[in-house]
Amino acid sequence: MAAKTWDSPQMVVGKHNNVSRIVIYSMLLIVALVYLVPLVVMLLTSFKPLQEVYAGNILALPHEWTLAAWEKAWGSACVGLDCSGVKGFFWNSFRMVFSAVFLSTLIGALNGYVLTKWRFKGDNVLFALVLFGCFIPFQIVLIPMATFLGKIGLAQSITGLVFVHVVYGLCFTTLYFRNYYIAFPDELVKAAMIDGARFFRIFFRILLPNSVPIITVTVIWQFTNIWNDFLFGASFTTGASAPITVALNNIVNTSTGVKEYNVQMATAMIAALPTLLVYVVGGRYFVRGLMAGSVKG
Amino acid sequence: MSSLHVSNVRKAYGSTEILREINIDVDDGDFLVLVGPSGCGKSTLLSLIAGLDTLSGGEIRIGDDKVNDLHPSERDIAMVFQSYALYPNMTVGQNISFGLEMRKVSKADREKAVQDAARLLQIEHLLDRRPGQLSGGQRQRVAMGRALVRHPKIFLFDEPLSNLDAKLRVDMRTEIKKLHQRLGATIVYVTHDQIEAMTLATRIAVMKGGILQQLGTPAEVYNTPANTFVATFMGSPSMNLIPARIEGRDGSLHLKIGQGNDALDLELPPQSQAVDRYDGKEVIAGLRPEAIGVENERAASAIRTVPVRINVLEPTGPDTLAVLDFGGMEVSARLGPDMPHESGERCDLRVDLSKLVLFDKDTEARIH
Repeated sequence: MAAKTWDSPQMVVGKHNNVSRIVIYSMLLIVALVYLVPLVVMLLTSFKPLQEVYAGNILALPHEWTLAAWEKAWGSACVGLDCSGVKGFFWNSFRMVFSAVFLSTLIGALNGYVLTKWRFKGDNVLFALVLFGCFIPFQIVLIPMATFLGKIGLAQSITGLVFVHVVYGLCFTTLYFRNYYIAFPDELVKAAMIDGARFFRIFFRILLPNSVPIITVTVIWQFTNIWNDFLFGASFTTGASAPITVALNNIVNTSTGVKEYNVQMATAMIAALPTLLVYVVGGRYFVRGLMAGSVKG
Repeated sequence: MSSLHVSNVRKAYGSTEILREINIDVDDGDFLVLVGPSGCGKSTLLSLIAGLDTLSGGEIRIGDDKVNDLHPSERDIAMVFQSYALYPNMTVGQNISFGLEMRKVSKADREKAVQDAARLLQIEHLLDRRPGQLSGGQRQRVAMGRALVRHPKIFLFDEPLSNLDAKLRVDMRTEIKKLHQRLGATIVYVTHDQIEAMTLATRIAVMKGGILQQLGTPAEVYNTPANTFVATFMGSPSMNLIPARIEGRDGSLHLKIGQGNDALDLELPPQSQAVDRYDGKEVIAGLRPEAIGVENERAASAIRTVPVRINVLEPTGPDTLAVLDFGGMEVSARLGPDMPHESGERCDLRVDLSKLVLFDKDTEARIH
């Protein structure tokens, strides 16, 4: 990207701009604070012992910083009858997200490749139908999907959940890759054909290495959606095979005993950390990828 | 290296005919240029030869092999694209060797071949760069290197110079011609630029509306165009097409141009028998701008002195373009840089009628 060589208009106009600048920045600051307060409360609470949580102000710093709540959440909190923390569920989610994101991205890229570089009769109709899938709400497919999973023997398993997420994610990943590849020069594909590459070689050697921006966008999108999913996880898994979102719900919604807010907050933070991490690492590419092709250069 | 035979080739998308009954044969080592205005089907024909599109009819042979149904990679061709089509994720060296790698050439042989091609094109110092870091001319060379390295039977060029600036285009044109002379390769080259066609080709195929208008050497196409389209398309400024009448008098044919006081009556040098049949009929007389205002004494028997009026003079440096009133018709001429006339002046210019081409008024085909 070329370096910016000009000032934006409001920087040039001069004095009375300072006022509007102050207004703009204070508003931004207020909005940022409003958004950040819940996170601060969660973090503070998770580092407090339980009696401090019940005793004090939720915005007060802990007198005694402790990781006990995090340790308990990770290793010994009770999810239902099983008291070994959320670590098992965390790894469930991890395995599920990893496979589902990998498969849906790869297949979506292949779909986009075929829809743009190996055109066939009715490809646009097919693409429109795939696109239609983006607008189908989760709830509609729950029961048919459950029946289907039962029939193919994948009910109540992580594999089944991966399958559901891949199927559901394909509409979006296909859309992303198709729109990216439609701007990808056909001449490169033709040159590769003349050079002797065939269908898969062209895909893996030419298209995919040049798709980093859109792969990043797709991975972030799919990772966040699948990691944060609760409905499919709650519907298609039980017990020890549930993802972390379901475990979090089970911890928070217990109706017996003392409410351990600090443990609940720590669990929620554990459940949220991976998506935060993905955004921090890939966020720059996310915006760049979504904008790719909109402007020349 | 190999000959190329295109026989009765047709291409249609639905009911739209893109190419109609194209027949072109070129020998081993020929430089064939397909030239024509945009939409004439020249790029489609190149795609068909490359195998990037399928024929609706006819046959394409490379050497003795029919290649109609062969995959592009099995036709033993290499292609240079208008956009160069370099793989952005690979270095220059990897770009050049990709085709060899796909053909399972050993690594040592690949490296040697890449070095040889790079030396030939003087891009050795660029081998580790990526296409994005190269200038237009350098990319052009890399694209040619990718084609050269495989030693294909036929090279295909799809408007390779049209993305370069004017100066570089002329330089690369010379490079390509040198390359052709050194390699003796068979080349098919698509362009819409008639100067590129004239300078590079050993054979020119002029196309329009999916129909081959004329196939011949540059001299044939320039001096004896098959019809008025070819006559005006090749050459700049283009050939003057002047409505005229043939009249036989005193045992020779005369060309009458215009009417009234300005009318010209030029005695034609001996013509082919076909022209005799047009005695008393309307024709189109084609006269190149450089055939008007000739100074040398060559072909003196065909030179006629014609009174004209100079309307506009456009000096270009090496010569002066003039728009003349020529028997009541507006006609352009290429005059010498130092000619003594001024615009608005009436004068006599010497016209070389040995360069005259006559066309039928209705079919617009050359009379021969």
